[in-house]
Amino acid sequence: MARIANRFDPRLARRKMVGGIFYGVFFAAVLVSIISLFVLLIQTAVEGLPWLDFDFLTNYMSRKPELAGIKAAIMGTLITIVFTALFTVPVGVGAAIYLEEYAPKNRLTQIIEINISNLAGVPSVVYGLLGLGVFVQLMSLGKVVLAGALTLGLLVLPIVILASREAIRAVPNEYRLGAFALGADQWQVIKGAVLPSALPGILTGTILALSRAIGEAAPILVISGLVYVTFVPGPLDRFTVMPLQIFTWVGRPQEDFRSLAAAGIIVLLIILLSMNAIAVLVRNKYQTRSED
Amino acid sequence: MNYAAPIFKVNRLNLFYDAFRALNNIDMEIRRYSITALIGPSGCGKSSLLRCFNRMNDLIPTARIEGEVLFEDADLYSPNVDATEIRSRIGMVFQRPNPFPKSIYDNVAFGLKINGYQGEMDEAVERSLRQAALWGEVKDRLRNSALDLSGGQQQRLCIARALAVEPEVILMDEPASALDPIATLAIEDLVRELSERYTIVIVTHNMQQAARVSDETAFLMVGEDRAGYLVEHGETNQIFTNPKNERTEAYITGRFS
Repeated sequence: MARIANRFDPRLARRKMVGGIFYGVFFAAVLVSIISLFVLLIQTAVEGLPWLDFDFLTNYMSRKPELAGIKAAIMGTLITIVFTALFTVPVGVGAAIYLEEYAPKNRLTQIIEINISNLAGVPSVVYGLLGLGVFVQLMSLGKVVLAGALTLGLLVLPIVILASREAIRAVPNEYRLGAFALGADQWQVIKGAVLPSALPGILTGTILALSRAIGEAAPILVISGLVYVTFVPGPLDRFTVMPLQIFTWVGRPQEDFRSLAAAGIIVLLIILLSMNAIAVLVRNKYQTRSED
Repeated sequence: MNYAAPIFKVNRLNLFYDAFRALNNIDMEIRRYSITALIGPSGCGKSSLLRCFNRMNDLIPTARIEGEVLFEDADLYSPNVDATEIRSRIGMVFQRPNPFPKSIYDNVAFGLKINGYQGEMDEAVERSLRQAALWGEVKDRLRNSALDLSGGQQQRLCIARALAVEPEVILMDEPASALDPIATLAIEDLVRELSERYTIVIVTHNMQQAARVSDETAFLMVGEDRAGYLVEHGETNQIFTNPKNERTEAYITGRFS
């Protein structure tokens, strides 16, 4: 249909073409990330899978690639993360509860909040140096699991705090008012009405934060250095963790050790993806329950 | 106890949120074992006034009052009165049903536990649910989530939860405004029944509801300065059939809202 006065130049064809180009650009952006992920996974699998067997999981380190295993690193990672959780969960959730439920809304609280968000962006190697200075040297813990666990704990503390705060903030205020109206005091309100509702969110955030800690090599490298561990470490023993073990193997000149690194990456990925899956399951389970 | 004496006396009450005055010089008395309805247009401060009776306004950091509220002739806002203790004696039911995301049983038991109830828990839960006319509907599924209940059932559960701690007064903030007409009638019947044993103050938007359930009605309006003030307070019958104030008459006949 022709317009009566031609004061418009719609240029429909051109607009469609521009739209099409942008569609293509954005789709390509998605492809880049997906494809690179798959290339990475496939390359790792091809290289590492032949080396991935039961012996690999149960052997300690060795100078001979065919005898080398990742047991010390797996156990080091597990025990480190347990102590990390023991430290970071109570402190992180406690800080979140304070900030959300107790802290007056004033300038000081604001400054604290901003700084916690900033801390979440500090490079992990900086935390390594902090841990080296404070836990290893000042507190004379030595280059042990506990020092590494506390360092990782500090590293993910801001994440735990932020996730917990978000979960606590998502609790409808009506629950708090309902509990207050029954004569509950502040702590009873938190314990009885806030935390039960916030728990799934707190758990999810905590698991994701811990899986971040499991993947960190840099701070542990600073804390423990490259050590040759042929035992299951206790909290006050020297230790290594999986990313660090992988890092060590990648640095070896022999081709076989690089394949070992790939096998280690597969194990690490399986652990991380399982943790993320658990986090998703926890979230879904409680979501459906509260919507029923 | 002198049953003729009012349970609440409000003397020259002003409520501020920061510099904003929400209530202007309220004087009123609440009669024991009666239902007092607070009505008035939106923003007239009727909910704010209701929250002065159990110190829920304390939870708003900027809120501050002048004047006094006497509960059983004792100043509710005196420094040696514990707001937590007061709230277990003066229960509250909110506009939107707000059961905790726990089981039906645990919802009722919550108030009992936090207040250190010494008696038999199961009995108290059953008694409260019966009083709230909910027992028959839920007795076979006490362990189910309270969120599985319908809106009307949830609100009666909230009433049961409030009754469990054996309050003397129940404050209701538009308790039926989120419910359908049938659930609303159930709540109204329940309110009438409860008034034999409790003093009830109910905020409502719905004038028919005020006329149906209440013994006394207080009409509030918004002043020029946006502060709510009390226009008229009397027997519900008198307020609705023979209001003394022309603004009351204009409001109840729907000439403005």
